[in-house]
Amino acid sequence: MITRTAIRAAAAATVVLAAPALAQELDLPRQKIELVAPPFVHPHEQKALHGPRIMEFLLTPEEKQIVIDDEGTKLRAMTFNGSIPGPMMVVHEGDYVEVTLVNPETNSMPHNIDFHSATGASGGGDLTLIYPGEQVVLRWKATRTGVFVYHCIPGGVGPMVPWHIASGMSGAVMVLPRDGLKDAGGKALHYDRLYYVGEQDFYVPRDAKGKFKTYDTHADAFVDTRDVMRKLIPTHVVFNGRVGALTGQNAMTARVGETVLIVHSQADRDSRPHLVGGHGDYVWETGKFSNPPETNLETWFIRGGSAGAALYTFLQPGVYAYVNHNMIEAFELGATAHFRVEGTWNNDLMAQIRAPESIRAKASLR
Amino acid sequence: MRWFCRLCLPIGHSCSAGDMLLSSSIMLVAATMLVLVVIFALTFGHASPPAALRPPVPDLVKLQAGTFRHRAAGEFSREGKPVTAPIVTAAIKRTLAVMRHQVTAADYQRCVDAEVCPVVDRGGAVPNLPIVKVSWRDARAYASWLSRETGEHFRLPTDEEWAYAAGSWFQDDALPETLDVGDPGQRALAIYDREASRQERLDQAPHPVGSFGANENGLLDFAGNVWEWTDTCYARSAVDARGGVTATMVNCGVRVVEGRHRTYIADFIRDARAGGCSIGTPPSNLGFRLVRDDDPRHAQRPLSAWVRRLVGLQT
Repeated sequence: MITRTAIRAAAAATVVLAAPALAQELDLPRQKIELVAPPFVHPHEQKALHGPRIMEFLLTPEEKQIVIDDEGTKLRAMTFNGSIPGPMMVVHEGDYVEVTLVNPETNSMPHNIDFHSATGASGGGDLTLIYPGEQVVLRWKATRTGVFVYHCIPGGVGPMVPWHIASGMSGAVMVLPRDGLKDAGGKALHYDRLYYVGEQDFYVPRDAKGKFKTYDTHADAFVDTRDVMRKLIPTHVVFNGRVGALTGQNAMTARVGETVLIVHSQADRDSRPHLVGGHGDYVWETGKFSNPPETNLETWFIRGGSAGAALYTFLQPGVYAYVNHNMIEAFELGATAHFRVEGTWNNDLMAQIRAPESIRAKASLR
Repeated sequence: MRWFCRLCLPIGHSCSAGDMLLSSSIMLVAATMLVLVVIFALTFGHASPPAALRPPVPDLVKLQAGTFRHRAAGEFSREGKPVTAPIVTAAIKRTLAVMRHQVTAADYQRCVDAEVCPVVDRGGAVPNLPIVKVSWRDARAYASWLSRETGEHFRLPTDEEWAYAAGSWFQDDALPETLDVGDPGQRALAIYDREASRQERLDQAPHPVGSFGANENGLLDFAGNVWEWTDTCYARSAVDARGGVTATMVNCGVRVVEGRHRTYIADFIRDARAGGCSIGTPPSNLGFRLVRDDDPRHAQRPLSAWVRRLVGLQT
C-alpha cells in the first residue's frame, strides 16, 4: 500500500509540478498553423507584428507508394504529411516551435524528426522516435534565423537513416528575423511570393532487364534500395517528389515586377540552383539570415544537408527554367522546375534583332 | 576406289605419285560440286526461307491522289520576326499506299535478325506492339531492308503524306496569328501554355496495334502514344508580306516527327523523353510506319532484287 501510494503521490506531484512550470516558462500566446504542401507555404508575416509565440504544427509521417516520373516508375516513399519535401514551417526568431508528430497505425516503421534549426538531442530526433500508433510532442526555441532542413533520423532501429531521407523524409523550416529580411546595408527586403523547392535524390532498383522494380512493401524494397544507394548514383534527382512536379500546369507563377523568394533544400546531396534567364538578386547561399546576402548571383550552391534562399525580382515575361545546373541531373534525372511569368517585354534588356535566317541572306549583312 | 588411299594412310597404306595426282583431281571436282550445291541450296533456301525469316507482308491501305490544305512544317519568319507557319495547298500526286498500322516490334525484329537493323530494345519482339525507341536512321534502315526483301520501294512518308493519311486526326497546333511577334515573352508563354495543356500524363507504355482506333481512311493509331518519323527535313523559311517563301534553310539532320503534335527531332535520337523536359512536352515514344512508293522511277525489278539478295548473302 505504501509503495502504491508513494507512486501515486509522485505521479500527482509530477503532473502538478510540470503543468505550472510549462505555463510559467511559456506564458505566450499560441498560434496553430495549418501546413500546406510545397511549393507553397502557409500564410505568415514577414516582419513579426507581435511578440514571440508558441507556434503549433502537426506533422504526420506517411508511408506510401508514389509515381516519380512519366514512365510510371513507382517508389515506396516515406513522407511528412504526404508530400516530398515535407511542408515548410515559417516562424520568427524567439518563437517556440511545438510540433506534434503522429505516426499512424497504417505505417510500418518508426519515425522521428531532426530539426537543424533546433538545439540538442539530435535536433529533437532522440526525443521523438515513435512507432506506428504513437504520437509525441516536441518544443524547441527558434534561436537562429535562416532556412534549415528537417528530416527523419531513426537511428537506434537499424541502418535506416539514409533510406528514410532518400525515400522523401525531409523538409524545411524558415526562421525569419523579427524585423524581416535585410540586405548587407540593412535595407529591408520583401518578397511578394515564396516558393519552397525541395530537391530529392531517389535510388530505385532495377531488374535484370534494366527495368525499375516495384515492391509490395517498404521492407521488401530496403535491401535492394540500400545497394543502389551505396553506389551514390541516384536514378532520379527531382524537385518536389517527381519529375515534372513543378512544370507545365504546375509551373510556379509570378508577374514582371514581383519579387520571389525561392527556398531550396537538399538533405542528401549538393546542388547548384540556377534560374535560366534570371539571377539571384540577393542570395543567402548558406541559408542563414544573420549573414549578409550575396548579390547578383548566376548560380548558387546548396550544400547537402542544408537549405538556401534566393530573392529575385522578375524583369521579363516568359518561361524560366529553374534547374540544378548540373544539367545532366536537370535534364536526364529530372531536376527541373519552371516559372511562368506574365508581363510586358522589356526591349531594352533584350531584343531579337533578326530571327534566325540563312547566313547567305543579304538582310543579315547589316 | 584407290583414291581413298589417302584416307587409308592412317592405317598404314602407302600411295604412289600417280595415285596422289588422280585422287587430288577427283577431290577438286568433288569440292567444286559441293560448293555449287551449297550455293544452290543457300540461294533457294534464301528464296524460300522459314517463316520466321520471311519479310513481313505490309498491310497497306491505298489512298487516292488528291490535294488538301496543310499547315506547312518548319519555322517561318517575316522581316526578321518569327511568324506562324502558312497554310499551303499540298498535292498527293499518285495513289498512296500506307501501312495500316505502325511497324511492330516483331516486324522490326526480323530486320534485326537479318543483321540490317540495329538492336534498339531488349524488350522482345512482341508481335502486336509497335516498335518504339527507334531513330529516323533505324526507320530508314528498316525501309531499305523491307524494300530489298520485297522488291518494292518502301520509305518513310513525307510530312504532307503523313498528314494526308492521318486526315481528320492531324493536329494543327499552330500558334495564333495574332500573337505579338515583337514580344518574345508572350510567344514563349503561348508556346508553353500549348505544351502544358498537352500534359495529359499519357501512358508511356506502347499499346497493342489498334488500341487508339482507326481514322476515316481505316488507318490505325494516328495520334496515339507513339509518334512517327517522317522523311521531311527541318526547314526554316523567310516569307514576304504576301506569304511567299523567299529563302529556305534546310537541315536534314533534324526530321519532322508527327503524332499528337508535330515536333522536330535529331535523326539519331531514339527516345525524345528527357528527364527534365526543359520546355515543352516531348513525344512519349518514337516509332514509324512506311509508305510504298509506286513511282515507276523507284520501282525495283524482281530480278535486281534477287541479285541484290544474292550479293547481300555473299558479303
